[in-house]
Amino acid sequence: MLIKKPRDIKSSDITPESVYLDRRKLLQAAGLSGTAMLLPQAARPGDIPARYKKLEGVIKSHYSTSREPNSFEDVTTYNNFYEFGTKKSDPVDNSGNFKPQPWSVTIDGEAEVTGTFGLEDIVGPHTLEERIYRLRCVEAWSMVVPWIGIPLGDLLKRFKPTSKAKYVAFETIMRPGEMPGQRRSILDWPYREGLRIDEAMHPLTILATGLYGVALPNQNGAPLRLVIPWKYGFKSIKSIVRISFVETMPYTSWSDTLPREYGFYANVNPEVDHPRWSQARERPIGAGFFAAKIPTLMLNGYADQVAGLYTGMDLVKNF
Amino acid sequence: MSFPTTRQVRWLIKPAWFLACLTPFTWLTLAVFELAGLSLGADPIEETQHFIGIWALRLLLITLALTPIRLLTAQAWVIQLRRMTGLFVLFYVSVHFLNYLVPDQGLDWGAIVEDIVERPFITLGTAALTCLIMLGITSTNGWRRRLGRRWQKLHRLVYVVGILACTHFWWQVKLDTLEPTVYAGILAVLLGSRIVSYKRSKG
Ligand code: HEM
Repeated sequence: MLIKKPRDIKSSDITPESVYLDRRKLLQAAGLSGTAMLLPQAARPGDIPARYKKLEGVIKSHYSTSREPNSFEDVTTYNNFYEFGTKKSDPVDNSGNFKPQPWSVTIDGEAEVTGTFGLEDIVGPHTLEERIYRLRCVEAWSMVVPWIGIPLGDLLKRFKPTSKAKYVAFETIMRPGEMPGQRRSILDWPYREGLRIDEAMHPLTILATGLYGVALPNQNGAPLRLVIPWKYGFKSIKSIVRISFVETMPYTSWSDTLPREYGFYANVNPEVDHPRWSQARERPIGAGFFAAKIPTLMLNGYADQVAGLYTGMDLVKNF
Repeated sequence: MSFPTTRQVRWLIKPAWFLACLTPFTWLTLAVFELAGLSLGADPIEETQHFIGIWALRLLLITLALTPIRLLTAQAWVIQLRRMTGLFVLFYVSVHFLNYLVPDQGLDWGAIVEDIVERPFITLGTAALTCLIMLGITSTNGWRRRLGRRWQKLHRLVYVVGILACTHFWWQVKLDTLEPTVYAGILAVLLGSRIVSYKRSKG
């Protein structure tokens, strides 16, 4: 089974996760980590509680980084999701009552096809891909997350945006009853984000529906969230209920609330500091108490793929 | 109202207060080493910075509360806890600072100097720490005697430390200022109480 190309198969189809992990441990213990690398590349989860729904038919992607992903626990207990509170532990602690099913998304604005669609209609026609991406938060920490999702561009094309669609705007659901953070007006709810249409169409940009092989946990933006790996995490809006094709730069929550500190583009850039802290380095989450910070890479290390989107632009001014 | 005896203050209350002040630090130490089922979560460095910072501020406010408590309750002995509590503030801020220097910044002096010079909330924190060190050094009976009346004046710096610390807290918040507002409010009451008793003593 090791002969098959990893891309065609999921590791979990081959061997139950626990056995697979034990084998990897054994190999490593025997000093055979070189051999272990021949195993299909797959995210190493730690423990995933059984209540999370497994996603089927997921293919691998060559856009994935070879960096080791953070544990499932890191990814699901250390979150910024102000709808559930401003502390990192609030999303996991306060999202238990949130109901991501049933779910529908409204597509409107400058497109030939518009309307409100169930989640199945949105995601169903596409093949799910695993994308292991680096995530860089504007607060100068970072993680590696094995997302599962679909390329946003493939989805947007189905709605036939017109030539007036210069930007894409996104909106998070408004449910103060289930999202205690929305009961205080720290931000002007609902959370909103936006991309230029070429950024939205870029193959690295995905709509995620899962991580670590299972449906998105509530605290990670269930059931549908954006992931743009070369931008600071706050651009990757969660629990999306509206996608609008628009002609002018849309309202975006952080940059319109604190324009001096956060920009519309929010591209990861080690040379442009936040007014209150340096962006030159980042702390890798999960590396322990005495792990050194690591240098932050231009466009979070995705410059080869996306720098072309910004040729001729002053990235200091358009931060 | 009954008052504890000098011996009770010395052998019972003070040691108990010492242990109480040490409790957050003990908790933190256990959590750093993931003992007793405690843990600092996915980002232990940030959690340490916040945990020890908030306890430094709480102890600072408690220190500032002792004088008004004495005035309100006539329990003169509470003042005997003041120096110890203040020194604990210095200890907690030092741990906060060391956590920043070593685990957080990895002793990258270029980055540290840049932070202190360019980031106002770090500048204020450093100013507060500098004041606290001066207060700590001069907290002994010897210095108190040597400085005479100037000692009292010098130690009014603790009010400045309170203002610096609350502003430091306020400015490091990204958006949600509820918590620093609450602490700043408590500080305002404690400082206000000094103004009131000063005016009373004059008038
Ligand atoms: C009297 C002295 C100080 C007090 C009372 C104090 C207190 C605090 C408090 C309450 C917080 C916020 C904790 C939270 O969010 O829960 C904080 C954060 C912080 N303090 Fe201090 N601090 C002091 C001095 C310093 C010094 C000297 C430095 C470093 C030079 C420093 C660096 C920081 C940093 C880096 C943060 C975290 C900022 C972030 O996570 O964005 N502080 N401090």
